[in-house]
Amino acid sequence: MAKFNKKKDGDLPAVSTASLPDIVFMLLFFFMTVTVMKDSSLMVDNVLPNASEVKKLEKKDRVLYIYVGKPTREYQKVFGTEPKIQLNDKFANVSEVGDFILQERAKKPQELQNVLTTALKVDKEANMGLIADIKLELRKVNALKVNYTTYEGDAFRNLQ
Amino acid sequence: MPRRGGPPEVNAGSMADIAFLLLIFFLVTTTIETDAGLDRMLPPMEPPDTDVVIKQKNIFTVNINKNGQLLVEEELLDLKQLRERAIAFLDNGGDGSCNYCKGKKDASSSDNPTKAIISLKNDRETRYGTYITVQNELVGAYNDLRNREAQRLFGRNFTDMEGEFLNPETPSGIREDLKDKVQKIQELFPQKLSEAETSTSN
Repeated sequence: MAKFNKKKDGDLPAVSTASLPDIVFMLLFFFMTVTVMKDSSLMVDNVLPNASEVKKLEKKDRVLYIYVGKPTREYQKVFGTEPKIQLNDKFANVSEVGDFILQERAKKPQELQNVLTTALKVDKEANMGLIADIKLELRKVNALKVNYTTYEGDAFRNLQ
Repeated sequence: MPRRGGPPEVNAGSMADIAFLLLIFFLVTTTIETDAGLDRMLPPMEPPDTDVVIKQKNIFTVNINKNGQLLVEEELLDLKQLRERAIAFLDNGGDGSCNYCKGKKDASSSDNPTKAIISLKNDRETRYGTYITVQNELVGAYNDLRNREAQRLFGRNFTDMEGEFLNPETPSGIREDLKDKVQKIQELFPQKLSEAETSTSN
């Protein structure tokens, strides 16, 4: 038998830290698969309402996003507390929605231009007048496919 | 340095730091997107043919005022009863030409689901959340009726078939087959939801 090393008293074996990065990599892979790169940061409050009869928006490249809501706290001093429209990264007026749609449509390849859906991500406290104006602008540029984005849930919770 | 018994162990503590950096990067730059919602088609800009005579009984009027109260067919209604009333309207089959309708066949309500129109009108100050709930209930009424017919004809729910048909991952043979079935059910209960211009009423 080989010579055994004498164990010194009070000397604990060093904890192996080789598996620490594995745990962190697992979390990292979770985030990489579940999330999407943000293309614009939200400058408005955007609590979506609930609905039960929802359909999933399958093809992300055929969707244009319009955000509507009250500006978040740091923008309230400059832009006020009335609900506003956010297109990509800046606030916009109702009249600019039409141009936005035409620009985004021109950027898409030819065969997709007629099947674009406009996703309206509207805060549940916004008023319908602004939405009616947006819908009128969309009709003027012939962007008739509209999706009211919601969370999936019981629609009666919107009433509180 | 005196040579140890074996190769020196690599300190793995800094690998965790690298991993944390990447993790923080992803946490900050990505979001978990919600991508489901109510699909609607807006009417085109050209004025519709006004010479098509639509009988008043074939129109189901739903008005929402700025306080979120519902006026259905000119009477106040609670939101929870909207779906039932809409189903009763669509399923009525007043003139007897509909052989799959199970409604009351009331002569003062709609003649046939293919002629039945639901007209939605809301005030400028109406809350969006209330509007979505009303839209949800109306689409729900259509889906309930379509599911009933799909169960009767094909043994499956219409919403399942539609979901599978729209999913790009289903093979195209199945999608072709589903396309006919989905269209057939859609023709039994066509979604005629018109939204009038909003008014600025008191």
